Amino acid sequence: MDKRTVFSGYAIPAALLLPQLLITVIFFYLPAGQAVWQSFQLEDAFGTSRQFVGFENYQILFSKPEYFKAMGVTLVFSSAVAFLSLSISLLLATMANKHIRGAGAYKTLLIWPYAVAPAVAGVLWLFMFQPSLGMVAQLLKRWGIDWNPLLNGNHALMLIILAATWKQISYNFLFFLAGLQSIPHSLIEAAAIDGARPVRRFWTVIFPLLSPTTFFLLVVNITYVFFDTFGIIDAVTGGGPAASTTTLVFKVYHDGKSGGDLGLSAAQSVILMVIVVALTAIQFRYIERKVNY
Amino acid sequence: MVERRSFLNVALPHIILMLGVVIVFFPVYLAFVASTWDPATIINGNMGVLPGPHLIENYNRILFSGTSSSTREPVINMMFNSLCMAVMIAVGKIIISIFSAYAIVYYRFPFRMAAFWIIFVTLMLPVEVRIYPTYKIVSDLGLLDTYPGLTIPLIASATGTLLFRQFFMTIPDELLEASKIDAAGPFRFFKDTVLPLSMTTIAALFVIQFIYGWNQYLWPLLITTKDSMATIVIGIKKMIVTQDALTEWQLAMATAVLALLPPVIVVISMQKLFVKGLVETEK
Repeated sequence: MDKRTVFSGYAIPAALLLPQLLITVIFFYLPAGQAVWQSFQLEDAFGTSRQFVGFENYQILFSKPEYFKAMGVTLVFSSAVAFLSLSISLLLATMANKHIRGAGAYKTLLIWPYAVAPAVAGVLWLFMFQPSLGMVAQLLKRWGIDWNPLLNGNHALMLIILAATWKQISYNFLFFLAGLQSIPHSLIEAAAIDGARPVRRFWTVIFPLLSPTTFFLLVVNITYVFFDTFGIIDAVTGGGPAASTTTLVFKVYHDGKSGGDLGLSAAQSVILMVIVVALTAIQFRYIERKVNY
Repeated sequence: MVERRSFLNVALPHIILMLGVVIVFFPVYLAFVASTWDPATIINGNMGVLPGPHLIENYNRILFSGTSSSTREPVINMMFNSLCMAVMIAVGKIIISIFSAYAIVYYRFPFRMAAFWIIFVTLMLPVEVRIYPTYKIVSDLGLLDTYPGLTIPLIASATGTLLFRQFFMTIPDELLEASKIDAAGPFRFFKDTVLPLSMTTIAALFVIQFIYGWNQYLWPLLITTKDSMATIVIGIKKMIVTQDALTEWQLAMATAVLALLPPVIVVISMQKLFVKGLVETEK
């Protein structure tokens, strides 16, 4: 994948690359390197002396129950959002892919939440579920459910799951629709001639052929929940009540803000980096190869 | 169409899709309704689903004078900050990444692949994983509460470079050969051939990056301390007070509507470019 003809000279390409490389080194590599370096250091309370302690920060981190709790929250949060948003959008995309009138209009009406900021999406849902004045909360109360996300950790978690799912549906819908449209119609007709009903056709022909899209979206959704939902959590619950909505990313932010241990905070950042590297590696390795049969 | 057109086959998709549209619209509609009522009606839970009579009053107040307690910054200023941030990020990213991609594709020089990989790896370093060290560097450079501090750390990323590189690879070699015969140098070729051909890619990237920039949350939260530098997304968060009696919901919801309107308008009015940008930045 190289060009046959190119320009010669070194000065011009160096000058063209300089701005991006400079910004990349200053704002990406330097801080990332610093995080790694700090994660192996122990700093005293006044920041005057530090010493190399190897993996001690990591050991301390993994001995803390709060850290495991944050891991659990992240796991529940991301699998719930990925499952809900993928299934809802697959259903909607399958319907929009049928030859019905106004399919284009439905597409336009369904994709715009992508453009809503996570924090704003969070505030919209907070307003509906606000225990004393929210419309949905009042409805739940009338049905005898003592809804209160400010006190009940499970309610708080459900609320951010709903907000995060709502925002992610449009993205998944768009990619599922594109995936469905690329499935050759002849295959579906062949299955129909063999006597497969619509539901059977979906699970035995369409769904397997859609697996590359689904897999790609799964990875993207997990990355989304890990990092982009920070705004939702901060605006809706602030990580509470009692840390029941504190994800790994939120914990890094929160611990750092309260001026905690630099080394521990850095160790958390490094673990997150490892997770992103793994997710990106999976994405690149498998997306190219296509998961279908 | 494989199936006969029974009632179920025609009506069911419409029912499900309409349900989807209602779910997607409802939270935003409710926010709009709230932004047209007075605080007492909202706090007592008597709002209902129809707009009230205070639309102009509420928007006028929030845009030009702000809330009375939490953040007193007029929202029009916050929107201006968000606009500056979004445009600077989008334009900055397009400029630096089109240049770096041009260098990588149209030149042969030592460490070319090394440069490419240095840029590529940044895909794996989202700002969330390096929050405090990056914050410290920006603060050491004296860029807190400034537009450069708000935007420059976000304009370098691999997506733009990868997108332009991919597009440049599809430009036929013959075009460069022909330009060379016409004695065009690298700048002429860039200006007369590459740039005009790249216009759609640039526009698609602009749409995506504008949305990305407008919706930034964590970064402005750290970098801006003054109310006068706050973006609208940060402003909303400041208006939601945990002691909910103090939250002026009608104003907070008006701000939410104002915050989501610009990027949503961009998506709907430039749907083709948006979809292209979204699909291609994810390759």
